[in-house]
Amino acid sequence: MAELQIKDLCVSIEGKQILNGVNLTVPQGEVHAIMGPNGTGKSTLAYTLMGHPAYTVTGGEARYKGKNLFDLNPAERSHLGIFLAFQYPVAIPGVTVANFLRTAVNAHRKAANPEDKGIPIPEFRKILKEKMEMLKMDQNFAGRYLNDGFSGGEKKRTEVLQMAMLKPEIAILDETDSGLDIDALKVVSEGVNMLRGSDLGVIVITHYQRLLNYIKPDVVHIMMDGKIVESGGPDLALHLEEHGYEWVREKYENGVSSL
Amino acid sequence: MTESPVIIRRSSAPQAQAPKEFNFKPDIIEDGSFYQMYRKQAWEYYQALKFPTVKDDAWRWTDISKLPVESFKLESDNHVVRIPDELMEPVADATHGGEILLDGEHRQVNLNPELESAGVVFTDLKDGLARYPQIAEKILGKVIDPKEEKFGALAAAMASSGVMLYVPKGVNVSTPLHSLLWMSGPYEASFSHLLVYLDEGSSATYVHESSSPVEDATPGFHSGIMEIFVGAGAHLRFVELQSFGENVWNFMHERVKVDNGGEVEWIFGALGSHLTKNFSELDLIGKGSTGKMSGFYFSQHKQHLDYDTQQNHLAPNTTSDLLFKGALLDESRSVWQGMIYVARNATKSDGYQANRNLVLSEGARADSIPGLEILTDDVRCTHGATVGKVDPEELFYLESRGLGSKDAERMIVEGFFEPIMQRIPFEGVRKRFQQAIEQKMNEVVNS
Repeated sequence: MAELQIKDLCVSIEGKQILNGVNLTVPQGEVHAIMGPNGTGKSTLAYTLMGHPAYTVTGGEARYKGKNLFDLNPAERSHLGIFLAFQYPVAIPGVTVANFLRTAVNAHRKAANPEDKGIPIPEFRKILKEKMEMLKMDQNFAGRYLNDGFSGGEKKRTEVLQMAMLKPEIAILDETDSGLDIDALKVVSEGVNMLRGSDLGVIVITHYQRLLNYIKPDVVHIMMDGKIVESGGPDLALHLEEHGYEWVREKYENGVSSL
Repeated sequence: MTESPVIIRRSSAPQAQAPKEFNFKPDIIEDGSFYQMYRKQAWEYYQALKFPTVKDDAWRWTDISKLPVESFKLESDNHVVRIPDELMEPVADATHGGEILLDGEHRQVNLNPELESAGVVFTDLKDGLARYPQIAEKILGKVIDPKEEKFGALAAAMASSGVMLYVPKGVNVSTPLHSLLWMSGPYEASFSHLLVYLDEGSSATYVHESSSPVEDATPGFHSGIMEIFVGAGAHLRFVELQSFGENVWNFMHERVKVDNGGEVEWIFGALGSHLTKNFSELDLIGKGSTGKMSGFYFSQHKQHLDYDTQQNHLAPNTTSDLLFKGALLDESRSVWQGMIYVARNATKSDGYQANRNLVLSEGARADSIPGLEILTDDVRCTHGATVGKVDPEELFYLESRGLGSKDAERMIVEGFFEPIMQRIPFEGVRKRFQQAIEQKMNEVVNS
């Protein structure tokens, strides 16, 4: 099983340092939650791993299957098996969900085999239909323009649909619970749980413990001031729910000051 | 799409110098016939009118001072380049009900005998004028007065090439008609005149394309006039495609008049020419008449495309709906100036116009100028104009799913044009546009 190894990752945006040496290892088959107060760099980590051009890596690396992600463009990272479920998926007007997904699936096939002629349309339709049924999505979704006029829940479900179609090995879910009511949250979580397996490593980024009631993590990390400051089992999330982040901050800051 | 308000910019003082004179004149035959009188008068108008300059309102974005007027020759029979096969493929789905090729002196006309026996006329201009003068008199000079504008007057006086389409009362031409104007000589000047008359309650679908070899290096010149009349309750679907080589200076004056309850769906596709100035006017003269104008343009290199559209509501309960979408590459330019005019008597009318531009290169520029002139209450008019760039967040989103950056950009461009594709009722025409998008975006990939 491959694992994503993030070492001493430092990242800045517009000259401002956001990540200050993140260390994290996520193997395929495990679900890791990253929790932390707002503004500690959780989403920065997600965007940086996927290669958003606004973020500058100032130090460290992220290795997967022998490659440093930071040597690859976003498409190449995707082909390698990295996937980001966006907190705010953008709309692409005029491009249908089906057309987009077929293009993306074909881009993956072509990357794996330059001779590939693309997925036959009937086969693609069949797979898409299956995945949509699995996610309890109406079939007419396939003909709608990607995220254009979608509700918050529809957007997040579409993110999971993309994940189901592209079969990543490491998926990063960035605040997938934000803006969802409890019913939508359940549907989206069920979708993610159905995709769980020994081939899939997941990084769940969330502000609230709520999501972790549905997507049960194997490991929970706490991020603060651009670093992972605490790691533990699922009970760590419950502890946070009960006691908030204050104790972490105290412990972390005392720890720092004691150095 | 990131959209920003349209900023009207003025570049450094454009040359206001007008071009010189053409070295040819029309061969008017003094036979007293209606057509020759019309040409004679048009030539007089042409001579009396000055070449427009950027000081003229309609031309302020399009500078023709460098038009090499003196170098053009009248089109001859020495058309050396054959018409490419793909231009001959049916663009309107079914087999054509009629086909006309206008290739210099060479004209070829085919019309389904059933349509012919139903009284449909679909023939080249010369033949039409000779055989059906009574039809010519119904429309020639009746839709566009040659004195309105210099290039229109020139086309009216000079046109040797063109099409006459007449559909009698109540006749439905269900198979599409197709005509192709091909010019291919060095320094060729070509003039065309289209006459279309749909009588009461008739219907037709007509696709007209103007084209020339892409590889021609010497300048070419085309000036055209299109007069179209849609009778009461008649329905016309008209597609005009322009795929001239990037050496051609192209000037068009076209107007559709729609009578009571008539309907026109008017589709424009422009990919070619060095410079195009196109006046397209919709005159809704009859109660309850409707016009829908849909435009697609995609310019590159140093192309300059200028569309001037008018939606004139001249009767009550009329509806117009215009959507023009364009993408621009390299150092190309586009101009769209639109006007909705609602006359005092045109109550309960509904006018809409929108122009959307996607600027794909730093050096390209789009100007978009909507306009409304409404002389009555009790109407609904809306308009919108935008000039935008590809949103980097959209690009990143697609790239994160495994699309290379150029494929991602192409997908966004295709999505941008999708609303126009939806308005085009022919798979063949949509395919042509899609191929053009792909081809132009690929050139970017390879550059």
